Amino acid sequence: MKGPVLTETTLSLIAAIPMPVLVIGQDERIRATNPALDAILGRDLTGKHHITALRQPGVIDAIARVRGSGGAASVRFVSRDRDKDTPYLVHITAASNDIVLCLEDQSAAEDVGKMRRDFVANVSHELRTPLTALLGFIETLGGAARDDATARARFLGIMAHEAERMTRLVDDLLSLSRVEEDERVRPRELVDLCGLLASVIKGLEPQAAAADVTVRLDLARDVMRVPGDAGQLTQVFANLIENGIKYGGSGKELVITLHEPTNHLRLRGQGVQISVTDKGDGIASHHIARLTERFYRVDTHRSREVGGTGLGLAIVKHIVNRHRGHLLIESELGQGTRVSIFLPVESLS
Amino acid sequence: MNDHISSAYDRDLEVITTLIVKMGGLVEDAITNAARSLGDRDVELAEVVRKADKAIDALEEQINEEAARTIALRAPVSKDLRAILTVLRLAASLERIGDYAKNIAKRTSVLVEMAPVSGSDAALRRMAREVEGMLKDTLDAYVRGDARLAEEVRQRDQEVDQMYNALFREFLTFMMEDPRNITACMHLHFMAKNIERMGDLTTNMAEQVIYLVTGVMPDEARPKGDRTSYVSDAR
Repeated sequence: MKGPVLTETTLSLIAAIPMPVLVIGQDERIRATNPALDAILGRDLTGKHHITALRQPGVIDAIARVRGSGGAASVRFVSRDRDKDTPYLVHITAASNDIVLCLEDQSAAEDVGKMRRDFVANVSHELRTPLTALLGFIETLGGAARDDATARARFLGIMAHEAERMTRLVDDLLSLSRVEEDERVRPRELVDLCGLLASVIKGLEPQAAAADVTVRLDLARDVMRVPGDAGQLTQVFANLIENGIKYGGSGKELVITLHEPTNHLRLRGQGVQISVTDKGDGIASHHIARLTERFYRVDTHRSREVGGTGLGLAIVKHIVNRHRGHLLIESELGQGTRVSIFLPVESLS
Repeated sequence: MNDHISSAYDRDLEVITTLIVKMGGLVEDAITNAARSLGDRDVELAEVVRKADKAIDALEEQINEEAARTIALRAPVSKDLRAILTVLRLAASLERIGDYAKNIAKRTSVLVEMAPVSGSDAALRRMAREVEGMLKDTLDAYVRGDARLAEEVRQRDQEVDQMYNALFREFLTFMMEDPRNITACMHLHFMAKNIERMGDLTTNMAEQVIYLVTGVMPDEARPKGDRTSYVSDAR
């Protein structure tokens, strides 16, 4: 019943397939697996009955169906490792007397779908909060507080604040979609980063003064020209410096450094590093990887309080990508945060 | 495995092992689907769980018959006998867990008719997920003969008990706040209790696996976390 033994060549061919593969013989036992599969189901499966290794009813039923009628089937299989689920699509094919299983990782596809759903849900939620506030105050102004001048002034102030927040959110969404749109178009003009940084800082002076933060500019050169889009780069640095003031403000000091251009591996050539360093509370390491996700916030409540939309760093990342640059966030709790942008000095084309 | 005794008995045992693993797979699915049907308020999925219980019961029946036949024909002793006895106990526990999943599905069909009680679905789902993870590891431990993994499962039951305690108090609070919540909360509480019982049964299964692998039943030094029998009111 066993069928001929698989040859060394066949086994090494199966091992070389990057996709997880499992071969079930006529006696329902596993004849061969490859390392990619062992990583999911564990090692030393050869010789075992396939049910003991696979267990999930969907897959076992499908194998029985393919065994009975020949042909092929594709079913879902979820591998579970502690808290992490990985969904696979298992392609089951009859091959002479054997049955071959190929596992296709579905997590990327499912993540994209989930991200899109989350995005829509987030945007709706973000817009609804200020809208609810506005509607509430409109109702109060139309009724109970109609003739109360003090309350009216206070409510109008809050309403203006909420409306501004919505405007900011819509602006950010629009600029995010614009940036995404021309992400593949390389910027052609040359921009002087030193002048640009100085004017961004000047624009944010009132905010820095209000938060009692000193902003220091530390330039390695007087003029530093790089290929870039002046408007977008202004947005990047305004975003980073504003973040530094808002979230790293407890450090009382913000240093913006433009380093001497050097060779950067990530850029595959000469690049200039611009860092925004604060001495604030810092960010816990598990947040750092997710900071550029849309609407990701370390502290939702605090972010809303200071008027954040949750989109700033997502926009920064996209703009930096368009410039073929690189974004690096380093932080230590209690020590402060350093956000660096690396931009190529010469256009590669 | 290739010594002279490995023969008819080993083949019989393998058949039974395959059946029990298959049964385990069905029960794992039943827990996942029962919890999902509650979270998504999906009556159709709840119906699937209720139907799937028949297959679980049929498998238990089949395992009992195969085991009885093997004992009668092969008269196994020592470790071989232990293997058969373990299978019988595992099958009985799995069948009970399947019943609890079916009960959750039944209550889901009733609950969807009522206003949802805030946040409790998610908590129940987390609890079910924890138990499902324990069952998965127990079945893996059984297939691989891994007593250490089984021992680890045994320790995890405490977390389920703690989740149950938290939910118990939460439901009490909801019911005191608003008597209209009572019907829904009673159902939800029974669901939580069902999941907690599943955790206990899974722990028993893990102990059986330890017994099978080591030949010694683990002692009672297991952390226990269900303290609701001492609760007199929600404070």
